[in-house]
Amino acid sequence: MREITFAEAIREALREEMHRDPSVFIMGEDVGVFGGVFGVTAGLYEEFGPDRVRDTPISESAIVGGGLGAAMMGMRPVVEIMFGDFLMCAGDQIVNQAAKARYMSGGKAKVPLTIRVTTGAPGSAAAQHSQSPESWFMNVPGLKIAVPATPADAKGLLKTAIRGEDPVLFFEHKMLYAVRGPVPEDPDFTVPFGEANVVRPGRDVTIIAIGGMLAKALAAADALAQEGIEAEVIDPRTLVPLDKETLIRSLAKTGRVVIVHEAHKRAGPGAEIAAVLAEEAVEYLDGPIVRVAAKNVPIPYSPVLEEEVLPGAEDILAAVRFLTAGAKA
Amino acid sequence: MTLVREFELRAIEERRNGLIPGFIHPCVGQEATAVGACLALAPADVITSTHRGHGHLIGKGGDPRYMMAELAGRSTGYCLGRGGSLHIADFDLGILGANGIVAGGIPIAVGAGLAFHLRGEKRVALAFFGDGAVNQGAFHEAANMAGLWKLPVIFMCENNLYGEGTPQHKQAPIADLAARAAGYGFPGIIVDGNDVLAVYEAVRMAAERARAGLGPTFVEGKTYRQRGHYEGDPMVYRTQEEMEYWKARDPVVLFRRRLLEAGIFDEQTLDKVHQDVLRQLDEAVEFAKSAPIPKAEEALLGVYGDTHNGLVF
Ligand SMILES: Cc1ncc(C[n+]2csc(CCOP(=O)(O)OP(=O)(O)O)c2C)c(N)n1
Repeated sequence: MREITFAEAIREALREEMHRDPSVFIMGEDVGVFGGVFGVTAGLYEEFGPDRVRDTPISESAIVGGGLGAAMMGMRPVVEIMFGDFLMCAGDQIVNQAAKARYMSGGKAKVPLTIRVTTGAPGSAAAQHSQSPESWFMNVPGLKIAVPATPADAKGLLKTAIRGEDPVLFFEHKMLYAVRGPVPEDPDFTVPFGEANVVRPGRDVTIIAIGGMLAKALAAADALAQEGIEAEVIDPRTLVPLDKETLIRSLAKTGRVVIVHEAHKRAGPGAEIAAVLAEEAVEYLDGPIVRVAAKNVPIPYSPVLEEEVLPGAEDILAAVRFLTAGAKA
Repeated sequence: MTLVREFELRAIEERRNGLIPGFIHPCVGQEATAVGACLALAPADVITSTHRGHGHLIGKGGDPRYMMAELAGRSTGYCLGRGGSLHIADFDLGILGANGIVAGGIPIAVGAGLAFHLRGEKRVALAFFGDGAVNQGAFHEAANMAGLWKLPVIFMCENNLYGEGTPQHKQAPIADLAARAAGYGFPGIIVDGNDVLAVYEAVRMAAERARAGLGPTFVEGKTYRQRGHYEGDPMVYRTQEEMEYWKARDPVVLFRRRLLEAGIFDEQTLDKVHQDVLRQLDEAVEFAKSAPIPKAEEALLGVYGDTHNGLVF
């Protein structure tokens, strides 16, 4: 299969969906002429024009609220929030409006709204441009949350988001944009929500890795294989809905679990996943559930400080060795 | 207007009687802005409403039976008893929802206007909001975007002089909120918000402008909320004198007088209209009382709309 980058995969999904369905349009800060600050929407403005690839003022609440109103009127807007950190500027429109419109109207409001947003640390962007805010919204019923880790998933999950009936927060890790991978060319290729991907099978420990951490988890699994430890690496792909069954099935096989994400550890996505496993699958656990995540400080600027705070492959190795030490002795 | 007035009074009564749980924010005294603005719209036009939304909904054609049932938290209410007074929506009538968040509906109306613009439809979106809402960021972002893109949006401000217990002059350094429209490149019009015909005329012109592709208009209706912010509000923040001044300018009474003076209707006809309204509300209350109460497990349905069958996960 041909290989394209994560950014190209997203652009391809957008372009195909815009061709397929005239109600799909894009709006956000610098998504048009500029092509998006990460270049994701490059070329779409030329192809679809300023109406459907709409440069907006720097107004996060109006971008999300405007997308919501258009979605309620039967459009399928894909709005872009340049940095996940800025989601809070649109907090009300996301949390109180989009997430709740369908439920509190008794099903009268339909909200096919996709909110594309960048997540994670791009390197020395410091505390207001490096956050991974996925879990802030996991607590809000009514939103769906996708966190693709590969180009193929980025394309397939984004198409599912655009074709779906609900507001989706679609988190794109900034460091993944340049990553290449095989991506199907079939314009109807989609990846369903709520189906975790067992990226690498194994029997000794389950590593659940989210978004940008998948590659690091796979690197760790390679290193562990050298030591005779077979790690199963699972990417949940969507945090809401969460594919509990696949996670529990893996845990039943391995008895050990490490959850890896770049969001802060405290009340991060791993906290929820750990709670689900403890609540529903405690009998399979041969040890504590271990979380590898960013330390609970704002993301610092200086590379050495930043590296200390963010989780890396070494941290995953340490967590797995800690869990498997008893078994090996 | 009579239906709005009597609906409010009846809802207040039924809340005292225990039929209705939750809050009611009555719009008694503001019927002219609600009704005048809605009547100037076409059926295909849409509105977003506020916490003080009963008048807007009735103005746009909302059925008092389903409204009363929703206030009573019943299954046959507009939102299946999940929304209550603050969230009533009926997309068939172009009611995109009342809103529990001050200014929350304004960007949504702009988004609806954007959808009309993109599809080349000659429809208009009108956002109702109070004087307090124009101090929210959401208003400014939405007004800027609508002005920039010349969207078919009407910003309908019901300036009732108070945001909860704080008077407008303690919330904004200008007396005429319509002045804010200038900053976003569209006209701001001030009307007597207790004169239903004046409101109607201003919104009709704004809708014409919007349909012609000339963009938004801000209409400020100067009016007054005769009752508390919510039912039960002790209203320590205003004087008897002020309330009497406005009571003498009651929009429902004024319009009745005008109709009589112009010889359009006689007393008898207007009394009959009033009686019809009361009968309609008796029916609405009966409808609500006899409506089924939702089953507890229904609370878990309808969060999502997709293949997951609307189940919670
Ligand atoms: C964002 C937000 N802040 C505060 C409140 C609490 N609140 C409800 S109504 C209200 C006053 C609103 O005043 P105004 O916009 O003038 O509308 P009015 O009540 O006068 O109709 C306030 C502060 C709220 N619902 N939402």
